[in-house]
Amino acid sequence: MIEVRDAVKNFTIRSSGVRTRVTAVDGISFTVGAGEFVGYLGPNGAGKSTTIKMLTGILTASSGSVRVAGLDPSRQRTTLARRIGVVFGQRTTLWWDLPLRDSLTLIRHLYKVESRVHRARLDELTELLGLGPFLGTPVRQLSLGQRMRGDLTAALLHAPPLLVLDEPTIGLDVVSKATVRDFLQRLNAEQGTTILLTTHDLGDIERLCDRVMIIDHGRLAYDGDLDTLRTTVDAERVLIVDLERASPPIRIDGVETVRVEGPRQWLTIPRGLNAAAVVAAVARRHEVRDIALREPDIEDVVTRLYLR
Amino acid sequence: MVRTYGLLAWTWMRAAAQHPVSMSLITVGVIVSTGLDLAAIAIIFARTRELAGFSVAEVMFLYGTAGTSFAVADILIGTVEGLGDHIKHGSLDAILVRPVSPLIQLATEEFSPRRIGKLVPPVTVLALVLPRLHLAWTLGRIVMVPVMLLSGAVIFGALWVLTASLQFLITDSREAMNAVTYGGGTLTPYPLTVFGKDFVRGLTFMIPLAFVNWEPALYILGHPDPLGLPAAVRFASPAVAAVLCLLAARAWRSGLRHYRSTGS
Ligand SMILES: Nc1ncnc2c1ncn2[C@@H]1O[C@H](COP(=O)(O)OP(=O)(O)O)[C@@H](O)[C@H]1O
Ligand SMILES: [Mg+2]
Repeated sequence: MIEVRDAVKNFTIRSSGVRTRVTAVDGISFTVGAGEFVGYLGPNGAGKSTTIKMLTGILTASSGSVRVAGLDPSRQRTTLARRIGVVFGQRTTLWWDLPLRDSLTLIRHLYKVESRVHRARLDELTELLGLGPFLGTPVRQLSLGQRMRGDLTAALLHAPPLLVLDEPTIGLDVVSKATVRDFLQRLNAEQGTTILLTTHDLGDIERLCDRVMIIDHGRLAYDGDLDTLRTTVDAERVLIVDLERASPPIRIDGVETVRVEGPRQWLTIPRGLNAAAVVAAVARRHEVRDIALREPDIEDVVTRLYLR
Repeated sequence: MVRTYGLLAWTWMRAAAQHPVSMSLITVGVIVSTGLDLAAIAIIFARTRELAGFSVAEVMFLYGTAGTSFAVADILIGTVEGLGDHIKHGSLDAILVRPVSPLIQLATEEFSPRRIGKLVPPVTVLALVLPRLHLAWTLGRIVMVPVMLLSGAVIFGALWVLTASLQFLITDSREAMNAVTYGGGTLTPYPLTVFGKDFVRGLTFMIPLAFVNWEPALYILGHPDPLGLPAAVRFASPAVAAVLCLLAARAWRSGLRHYRSTGS
């Protein structure tokens, strides 16, 4: 579905007469197959949006090759537009002054969707995304969450096999975020739509994506599934032990007790060590009231990855 | 392409028609300003007998033809001027990911019946003046009128696209600078819309008026050319229109290639 090889994007910036070159994307390669749900993760300024713009034909790669749905995005931009849906979280593709319904009618003409097909599809999306109450509201009066649901609808009216989203959950409240995530998950699972979304919200990735690509300073730092990512960076798991009473730090070989707070103690278990054995050892030597094992936080994992 | 244009323009008009109050206010406004235009023209010409060797009717003919061409171009494609704003606000990205030429999308944007109002003064003048020219209407002269109007409209349209293409370059460097200095989002006014619009409008109006509308009009009116240019120039407007179209298309494509979006 998507094939990117050694893609580079430079921007030349002239500022008070001085030219500087910014490399936003610095030679990335990846492929995305049909039906995949891929998260594209990275801090601000990493080059996520620039990648998306190359995939959609808005920007031409400075070097390297990009192919999406079998097409060259920058040369065949308008043809490609029919085969993909694009959502920008930070700016709407709808028209501010038009009611949502009229915006969607314009979209129908732009994509030349037949009236009957459009109606059926719109009904379906209205149902799934709960657009009913605000179809008649001008886009500028919609809340961010409502607008995002409108944008999703606009991107999907022509039933594209590939959906590309740039920060679709940015700024959304918890409820809207959940709606959008559920919707995307169903879209991928039930209709087989290939989805690539950028985010700097790890929740999106944990909740949705089978595969995560991490970009930093224009380079791919990781491409694989989440579990492998956790082991790759060798992040420690944390064992939280609640003892019957406050006691000195627990001592077990290979395990470090990093924090003690009254009867509660935090122990870090390195990857190589069997967590069950550690739990058993603790239980044997101490009177334990409760015990919990925390998998490494994805936040930590990514920070570690960036630091490497 | 024409069909898409029509459909989009129609959708915009229908959307506008859903606000009857503002719609009728706008219509009243258009009628009043159009009426004032017509009154001004009437006053000027009621007090003038002759202008640089041209009769009042002949000058009105020049105004009517140029004005009609200008209005047609303005109605059909005038909103490409808004390109700079779309670049600044980042909304061009959205336009580019849709399967219709960005030019058509920009040209039909907010199409409303009030745009048609711009045609009223020049067409009225033309309708009034044509029977009063006291010309021998040979076939050549008769054919020349629509050819001239059409070429004129195409020339104005092409110049519009050309100047809009410049905004790719001008707005871009500004925006890129902002991306560095302010991290993107800041909106600074850029020169072309703020200072240059009237200048560019004047220019796009004057050049073709002097060299293109003028020459075929001389042919129709049977005037000798005060500048003494060869007779072939009088039939050159379609060729000029074609050349300008090619230039505009190239400039537009090159502008699109140079478009670099905004850092966000
Ligand atoms: N149009 C542009 N002009 C100049 N620099 C840009 C432009 N777009 C992006 N950049 C720069 O490229 C880098 C990557 O930006 P971007 O792809 O928007 O990052 P992300 O979406 O991951 O936050 C940033 O340093 C940004 O300032
Ligand atoms: Mg971004």
